[in-house]
Amino acid sequence: MRCRKCGEKAAINMRQHKLALCKDHYLQWLPEQTERFIQKYQMFGRDEKVLVAVSGGKDSLSLWDILVQLGYAVDGLYLGLGIDGGVQYSAESHRLAQKFAVEHGLRLLVVDIEQQYGNTIPALSQLSHRGHGKPCSVCGLAKRHEMNRIARDLGYHVLATGHNLDDEAAVLFGNTLTWAGEYMLRQGPVLPAADGLARKVKPLCRFYEREMAAYALLRGIEYIYEECPHAVGSTSIYYKEVLNQLENARPGAKLTFYLRFLEARSNGLFAKQDAVMQTLHACPECGQPTSAPGLCSFCRMIEKTRVSPTL
Amino acid sequence: MTVKIVLREREFEVRAGMTLLDALKKCDVLPESVIATRAGELILEDEILKDGEVVKLVAVISGGGYDAM
Repeated sequence: MRCRKCGEKAAINMRQHKLALCKDHYLQWLPEQTERFIQKYQMFGRDEKVLVAVSGGKDSLSLWDILVQLGYAVDGLYLGLGIDGGVQYSAESHRLAQKFAVEHGLRLLVVDIEQQYGNTIPALSQLSHRGHGKPCSVCGLAKRHEMNRIARDLGYHVLATGHNLDDEAAVLFGNTLTWAGEYMLRQGPVLPAADGLARKVKPLCRFYEREMAAYALLRGIEYIYEECPHAVGSTSIYYKEVLNQLENARPGAKLTFYLRFLEARSNGLFAKQDAVMQTLHACPECGQPTSAPGLCSFCRMIEKTRVSPTL
Repeated sequence: MTVKIVLREREFEVRAGMTLLDALKKCDVLPESVIATRAGELILEDEILKDGEVVKLVAVISGGGYDAM
C-alpha cells in the first residue's frame, strides 16, 4: 500500500477515510487535523494557558507532543495514584511522563494523591467502600476533582485530556445501552467552563485509538504499554472490542456513530440543556461546585476515610 | 517456512507467504485492535510475510485507566 501524498510505502491505512500515508506525511497530517478540530469546536486559542492531563499513556503524551508542536502554551499535570498491581504501574507511568517532560523541556506538575490526602487510590477505594472493591470509580472521582482543582487554582484557562474516538464511542455506546440521556448531554469535544469548573476539551476525540498508537510509535514516544491492573476485564474495554468488531465489518462505523451523535445533540434530539440544568452549590471544603448542598462527593469520601473505625 | 507473530505474552506461528491480514485472521486477532511492526517498522495488512520473520503486534486498546475519564 502506498502513501496517497508521495507514493512511498505507507505506514498506516485509515480505512474510514480511505487514506494511506507514509510515516512523514502521517506525522504531519495528525497535528494538522488536531488543529482543525481545536478550531472547529472552538476548544481554545493561542493566548490561553492549557493544562494537559498526562498519564504516561500513548494518548496523553501524544496530545502533549502535538499541542507543543502546534505552538500552544501547555503544561502537563501528572496525578500519582499509587497503583502498583505487581507491575509498579504508577511509578512507571510517572517515570515516563517525567522523561517526556525533561526531554522536551516542558513543565510537568505532579500531585501525589497519597501525599495530598493520606491514602492511595486503591486504599481510598477499600476504606470508602466506593466501587465495591474496584477502584475505578474512586479513581475517576479523584482525577476529575484534582484536575479541576489544579486548573482552577493555578489559573489555567482550559484542561485538555487525551480521550480518543474509541474512548468516546465506548462511553456513548454504554450510555446508549441504558439511554442515559443526562450523561449524553454532557458528552462532547468541549465541556464549557461553569462556576468553579474549568473548561474541558478533548482534541483527539476524532482519532481512532489505533491512529494514536501509530502516532506514538512513529514519533518515538515511549509510553506505558501495560494496562492499568484495575482496568483488566473492564466494561469500557469490552465495549471497545465490540465496536472494533463492528468497525472491522463496516469501516467508519465508530466515527459515524460518534459524529452523528454530536450532530443529533446539536440539532436538539435530546432535551435542551437548560431544561435539565441543576442549581450548583459550592462545596464548603474545597469550593468546587456540587449538585447538592454540603460536601462534594470527593470531600465526602476523604472525610469518611479519615475517620478511624471504632469497632 | 514459518513466521512468528507475537502479541504480548502470546506467540503464534503462521505459514510464510501469506499476507498480514490472513495471518491475523489465522491467529484470531482483530486487525482493528493491533498495529503490526517488523524490525521496528509499521507494516500494513497487504504485506506478504516471509520465512523467518518475526512480527510484533502492539495492542492498541486501553480503557478504564487514567486516560478514560
